[in-house]
Amino acid sequence: MSDLTELTIKEAGRLLRLQSISAGELVAAHVERIERIDRRVRAFLRFTPELWEKQADEADARIRRGDTAPLVGIPMAVKDVLCVRGVETTAGSQILSGFRPPYTGTAVSRLFAAGAVMLGVTNCDEFAMGSSTENSGYHPTHNPWDLARVPGGSSGGSAAAVAAGEAMIALGTDTGGSIRQPAALTGVVGMKPTYGRVSRYGLIAFASSLDQIGPFARSVEDAAIVLEAMAGHDPLDATSSDRPNDVSRDLDAGVKGMRLGVPREYYDVEGIEPGVKAAVDKAVKSLSDAGAEIVDVTLPHTDYGLAAYYIIAPAECSSNLARFDGVKYGMSSGDAQNITEAYQRTRRKGFGTEVRRRVMLGTYALSSGYYDAYYLKAQKVRTLIKRDFDAAFENCDAIISATSPTVAFPLGSRTQNPLSMYLCDVLTLGGNLAGLPGISVPCGMSEGLPVGLQVLAPQWREGVALRVARAYEQASGVKAEVAPVG
Amino acid sequence: MPLSRDEVRHVAMLARLGLEPGDEEFYAEQLSGILAHIDRLQQLNTESIPPTAQVVEVANTLRDDVPRPGLSQADALANAPAAVNGFFRVPSIQEEA
Amino acid sequence: MASPWEVVIGMEVHVQPRTRSKMFCGCAIGQLGDAPNSNVCEICLGLPGVLPVINKAAVEACLKTALALHCEIPRHTKFDRKNYMYPDLPKGYQISQYDLPMSVNGYLELDGRQVRIRRVHLEEDTGKLIHAGDKLHKAHESFVDLNRAGVPLMEIVSEPDLRSADEARDYAVALRTLLRTIGASEAEMEKGQLRAEPNISIRRVGSTELGVKTELKNINSFRALHRAILYEVARQTEVLESGGRVEQETRGWSEAEQRTFSQRSKEFAEDYRYFPEPDLPPLELDAAWIDELRRALPELPGARRARLVAQYGLPAADAVLIAADRELADLFEAAAAAGAEAKPAANWIIGDVAPAGKIPTPEHLADLVKLVTSGSITRDQGREVLMESVETGRSPSDIVREHGFAQVSDESALQAEVQAVMAANPRAVEDYRAGKKQAMQSLMAELRKRSPQANPKVASELLIRLLG
Repeated sequence: MSDLTELTIKEAGRLLRLQSISAGELVAAHVERIERIDRRVRAFLRFTPELWEKQADEADARIRRGDTAPLVGIPMAVKDVLCVRGVETTAGSQILSGFRPPYTGTAVSRLFAAGAVMLGVTNCDEFAMGSSTENSGYHPTHNPWDLARVPGGSSGGSAAAVAAGEAMIALGTDTGGSIRQPAALTGVVGMKPTYGRVSRYGLIAFASSLDQIGPFARSVEDAAIVLEAMAGHDPLDATSSDRPNDVSRDLDAGVKGMRLGVPREYYDVEGIEPGVKAAVDKAVKSLSDAGAEIVDVTLPHTDYGLAAYYIIAPAECSSNLARFDGVKYGMSSGDAQNITEAYQRTRRKGFGTEVRRRVMLGTYALSSGYYDAYYLKAQKVRTLIKRDFDAAFENCDAIISATSPTVAFPLGSRTQNPLSMYLCDVLTLGGNLAGLPGISVPCGMSEGLPVGLQVLAPQWREGVALRVARAYEQASGVKAEVAPVG
Repeated sequence: MPLSRDEVRHVAMLARLGLEPGDEEFYAEQLSGILAHIDRLQQLNTESIPPTAQVVEVANTLRDDVPRPGLSQADALANAPAAVNGFFRVPSIQEEA
Repeated sequence: MASPWEVVIGMEVHVQPRTRSKMFCGCAIGQLGDAPNSNVCEICLGLPGVLPVINKAAVEACLKTALALHCEIPRHTKFDRKNYMYPDLPKGYQISQYDLPMSVNGYLELDGRQVRIRRVHLEEDTGKLIHAGDKLHKAHESFVDLNRAGVPLMEIVSEPDLRSADEARDYAVALRTLLRTIGASEAEMEKGQLRAEPNISIRRVGSTELGVKTELKNINSFRALHRAILYEVARQTEVLESGGRVEQETRGWSEAEQRTFSQRSKEFAEDYRYFPEPDLPPLELDAAWIDELRRALPELPGARRARLVAQYGLPAADAVLIAADRELADLFEAAAAAGAEAKPAANWIIGDVAPAGKIPTPEHLADLVKLVTSGSITRDQGREVLMESVETGRSPSDIVREHGFAQVSDESALQAEVQAVMAANPRAVEDYRAGKKQAMQSLMAELRKRSPQANPKVASELLIRLLG
């Protein structure tokens, strides 16, 4: 029954409610697929059989009682930065090896309550810092479309799991593009909500003012279903909004009469591959054919986004990661003469190269004498970037561009040069700096590898981003397909 | 502006990151490279621009002063590398002179 | 000869506001003696993934304190992270307030003078460290208890306006009184709810420049505060007079040795890298909310002290003592309203009620004052009656009636007793009649022994008449 691993939520839900299949069978099909291919894809770090058995049984009981909630029985993978009670959660880092949280975060709790079935924990760059999942403290993940290439990152495990048919949906987190970029590189749908739309409670923080949890799925509609189930105010997250949960409104309203902006700075971004550009051109044409008006917009401070991001995110991370000290949880380096030495050893050994690099950078940017030149300056530039988007949205309803300037690159090709890796996020991190919702949908292939189209919308207009993405999906006929994994 | 070895040592101490042979050169070179890119921020005149610390406007999210149950001592210590008699144990803290 | 040195002291006082739960999580505030790590949750333990949410009651206590200290309250305030790694700080940073505190520029009135307050802000407490070993055997390990971690703290910072150990102590006491009066904190020093950290420097009299200061920590009583400052001033004086230089440093107070000692090594200067706490949206302090808090403030001790003098004619010294304790001041005014004469009521409160620490009802106190001032019972009897009234809750009049405590003021009833004392002490009688008037005292003492209920005034008049 391997075709069960290629279904969307909608299709699976129909079969479950007709009781043509059980949730147990649906899970078993995914587990079988995982057993067959994950040795090569390596999307998962850990599996949670005790959870999937219990949750599948509960789902079947709910279905028998006539429960028609869309997520009941849907197999889900969870990125290793989201705390789940009793399940080892390590943020892809050795420093947290063995850590089992005594609590479950809000987003995951809400999905559990909605009936989703957790299959396991997916790989990611350590503390979500990276764009290829090669910075994992455990092992790299491979792109299901070409195992010699990266799946993108940092949520590469979740993206690869959905792309390879190992999970129907997955959760990721996006701080500078960590959902959208791997979604693009693996040919699935990935969405970052407005900052504050989904509670961050239970998300192991990388950069608190930028982090958001979002879904991976194989259709825009599925992404909307998962997002809607997670979204909404949480008393445990003071930055979560109490705005109405209207993310799925107007999903099927189409783009006729909408104005879609193409920022020239994104369109001609440095290093964009011709194949990517061609796929995006085709997507723009298809949206235009569907009735959208395409307009030029400008985001003049685009060239400064990466620089501002690489101050703000490391600064926040340097503080967020101070709690990893080997005292309350995680790795401890053992016998040191005094506490300072113990900290130094534990953190030198427990953190990987990229994490240490960013902790150093962020500590420097906040340190006495440099705060104004770096951190404060970056915050001001953040204001300019936000204003760019505000101005652009005066002239359009949503902004469309490539998600990543390139298709998936070979493993190892960018690990030596951090800046080349950082440039992967040049089209996505503006959305984080401005707190915007953004989605990446597959828009064809280049050199046999998936290309993603990014739709950015104004804050709290997830509905607009989803509606444009959905209209594109329908007009183009391009669908997220399960990678064959040779 | 490039980072000196002294600065690397100072920042590593602030961050409580141990330095192993080769680390100083590595950080000095890598961080200087990234800072060279970041220095483009100085081209922008931001004198009259307010900083953005948080990107969406939420204010006054306060919690009512109502206690709720926490963790048991056993759960609190369950993940600790070293716990003794209900305490977390750490190596000596040199303080008094 | 006056000292050539002037003492300059600023105070940093940490106060635990009265709340039921911690600053940023729902953990209950524990008690001293609780099992270690038993009042903790994932939030105050700083587990990965958790977030803080501000306790409204802590904010209100801080605002009330700021208002009572006549501070300016800005419309906009925020929290910041103070970054340093230490085992008692579970997140590796303390959530505090840096450049936009909840209030600034106030003052506390001290003996009619204003001690300026620089700022009052909110933050969270750290956990507790217990060090193994002792001074001779350097500790190899320490133990961490995070029950206190995340308990709310107000930090009240004064300008360097205090000029002696006495003033510094009086300031701390006045602050405690204020905090208790407005209900912002129980402010018990022994429970760590009020911690005073004086910054001390000395300078040549007449100089306007500040000297190098030291900051004193681990002071847990007003007495210790006073002594630690006296010690430190003497130490600094000695250092400077012997040509040395005072090091800017943090020093601890050793209660056992009654001395201060250098506490923080200077080899590595910490850099706290403050930045705005991204997990907490800023607070917009709405004027209506502040007004509401202001209106709800009770009369402050300074104002009440002045009113006790003006309205009841109390001596200033009595008014200070009574106004310093809201409960006593309330008792005084209610007893006066119930008909007690003011000065005797104040005497009873200062002399008997306050030291005993047990508060009678105002009606009972008024009753007692009347019984004693009218001469129905003696003052000594009054003390007994007061104690019994507080214990049993019965009125002094009832107690007096029941015990037959009432004084005997009837001369005919006293005559036999007085004659009996005279008969039993012929020597004293003779001495008196020979002109030694002090013999009267021993006769009166004998009379009190024989007849404790005798009204002393009536009895002595009778005695003089019979002797004469």
